[in-house]
Amino acid sequence: MSSDSAKSVASRRASRAHSSMFLRMLWRAAVLRRGRAASALLAMVVAAAAATAMLNLYVDVQAKLRQEFRKYGANVVVVAKDGQVLPGEALQAIDSTLAGRGLAVPFAYVVARTADGRSVVVSGTDLEKVRKLDNWWSVTDWPSASQQALLGVRAAAAVLPQGKTFDLGFQGRTIHLTAAGTLRTGADEDSRIYLSLGDFEAWTGIQPSTIEIVVSGSREEVDAVIRKLAQALPGAEVQPVRQIVEGEARVLGKTQATLLAAAVLIILTAALCVLATLVGWVFDRRRDFAIMKALGASQGLISGFFAAEAAALGLAGALIGYVVGVGMAAWIGWANFHATVLPRFSVLPPVVIGSVAVALIAAVIPISLLRRVQPAMILRGE
Amino acid sequence: MFLRLLYESFRRQKRPKLLAGIAIALGVGVATAMIAVATDVGDKINRELRSYGANLIVTPQEDTLDVEIGGVNLKPPSDGAYLNEADLPKIKGLFWRNNILGFAPMLPVNVNLGGDAAPFTLLGTYFAKPISYGKETFITGVRAAHPWWRVEGEWPADHSTDILLGKDLAMKLGRQVGDQIELAGQQHRVVGILSTGGAEDKQIVAPLGLAQQIVGRPGAVRRIYVSALTKPEDALARRDPKSLSPAMYDRWYCSPYPQSIAYQLQEAIPHSHAEEIRQVAQNEGTVLARITGLLLLVTLAALLASALAVSAAMATTIVERRGEVGLMKALGAGNFAISALFFAEASLLALLGGAAGFTGGALLADKIGRSIFGSQIIIQPVLFPVILGIAVMVTFAGSAAAIRRAVKFDPVYALRGEA
Repeated sequence: MSSDSAKSVASRRASRAHSSMFLRMLWRAAVLRRGRAASALLAMVVAAAAATAMLNLYVDVQAKLRQEFRKYGANVVVVAKDGQVLPGEALQAIDSTLAGRGLAVPFAYVVARTADGRSVVVSGTDLEKVRKLDNWWSVTDWPSASQQALLGVRAAAAVLPQGKTFDLGFQGRTIHLTAAGTLRTGADEDSRIYLSLGDFEAWTGIQPSTIEIVVSGSREEVDAVIRKLAQALPGAEVQPVRQIVEGEARVLGKTQATLLAAAVLIILTAALCVLATLVGWVFDRRRDFAIMKALGASQGLISGFFAAEAAALGLAGALIGYVVGVGMAAWIGWANFHATVLPRFSVLPPVVIGSVAVALIAAVIPISLLRRVQPAMILRGE
Repeated sequence: MFLRLLYESFRRQKRPKLLAGIAIALGVGVATAMIAVATDVGDKINRELRSYGANLIVTPQEDTLDVEIGGVNLKPPSDGAYLNEADLPKIKGLFWRNNILGFAPMLPVNVNLGGDAAPFTLLGTYFAKPISYGKETFITGVRAAHPWWRVEGEWPADHSTDILLGKDLAMKLGRQVGDQIELAGQQHRVVGILSTGGAEDKQIVAPLGLAQQIVGRPGAVRRIYVSALTKPEDALARRDPKSLSPAMYDRWYCSPYPQSIAYQLQEAIPHSHAEEIRQVAQNEGTVLARITGLLLLVTLAALLASALAVSAAMATTIVERRGEVGLMKALGAGNFAISALFFAEASLLALLGGAAGFTGGALLADKIGRSIFGSQIIIQPVLFPVILGIAVMVTFAGSAAAIRRAVKFDPVYALRGEA
């Protein structure tokens, strides 16, 4: 019994000595060859940082670019079926479906007559929202009070020969308007006159027939919103604006592909250079390897030692590199989009795993090469 | 002696030299590919942005107001002015003709489909019509200018009297591909159903000649949509050309701003008014700037990473050779001679690796261009000396610290192997 416990104490002590010796060797190897260890670590950090920054950007840039594409205006249009108007609660229904993830703007149209009998399209809309939806509209002055109108440049030339006030007639009812400013878009809007929805409904009694919606999110999210809207509004047609949706998909796809190609290139180069540096580092220490072997260390122990060293290096490099890379991605986001690229923690595991794997490969190659060499030859410096 | 040392160093140390050379070639290759892609991607993305459709519109100068709601034209047919179809080829005679990727003339006319139903709009246009200007022939029409238009069935030929039905209209009329429709007393074959997600879904789209025949005005065009590659507008672009000094005016005129191309279109086509379509033209500037900016920054990051990688590889190869330095010093070599040898080796490596990397990078850039954008990425030959210069500089910078340390090291320790 006593011999048993003595044996177990001895084995415990032996194993503790064993593990502490192992750690000490790892530690001293890093401290004594500071220069080489630092340069290997630096290479690791650069590679991990480049990988983190590229992956982070790749994930985040899509959202950033989509925001830019939203400036093209509405990507979904709800139109009343032939000659009808949309139900009064349509706008509320759409707003609740969107739940803050977009903007819906109603438009009502009639053809009115000017004082000298010419036809002109007049539209009633929510001018505050239009301003946000269509920010390419070049407007001299937005209407600020009721009975004020926004005139397309061509409409202005036709209805406003001089002065700032004019009359429009629709089905025998006349409205007296003041021109607030002119609008220039280069499209149909130039021939139209825009009023606030309140003025328009009081004058014509006609409800909106079109709602233009800008939905944010990916193509799938937009499609899901379209399906929900079609269910909520059975009396209307809900359609994507193909010109906007397809253009966006195309440009975004190409940009993503280019970015992916860049990411693959950068990560691959960085990994290969780390590999070269680490192989050089381990190869350089063939004397350590030979001495250990000469002192009776088993091949497994030596391989384990170098592998542990490489793994520690890979882990440290990955962690520092992650922080640096997140900073780099944030800087690129700030410089280009004036918005921060948030750190993605989902990027961390692949970076760590990749770094450790590269480091391990870098350790295994020289070890397997040195395996067959006699320690005496290495120690003699051959 | 110096040359022999250099030669022998390469001959005897093949493995480390090869490793360093590969590292340099890799770094230079990635740098070349990224620079080539970044310099060319602006043009490529600009072309992709043209999938948003025309960014310029030409209308008659004395036009009356358009009266159109939801794709239904309510303007009396006799009303308004027209442009002349014969003037269209002049668009390819502009100063910036190579930037004009396509244009499509439009002539909306009202047609009755029999009975007392409200009239429909028939839109006359080009689909893919060959246009000759001088010796050049150029194919243009809505298929180039409005790439999001989809046709189920076939596109009509431009010289035929076949028509496309908008998909909503087709559903309403209960007509399909292959049916005949009577328009203005003549039978026309429906060769396709058109889907655009816009007003055309409720219209009939036909070759321009047919629309002119219906309205009884040969050669008439109501408006022209022009799709042009433009430069994002800046402060100069927004200036009124009349207020510019002659030198500034020339600069304005010879820059592909939407405004200056519109101005030239107006000059080329008599009695016309050309304008940018702001929804497309304004936004493509910002999107283009964001995307090119992003890739430029990524390229910068790639350059930095490859520079660091090359430096690290160089430092490693030099540190390995302390024994050699010690031996040379022990034999009486001066610091200068040793540094010169190392620098000569480094520049030779940089030149060889750089040339290989440049070739590889050029191939890579071409591959990226073809697989992503379906077109070539052209590498400016000017880039070659620049890239080689950068490669030599980076290699020097990477070697300098290591060489200094190697030279300073006491030969006695170095030879004893106590590095």
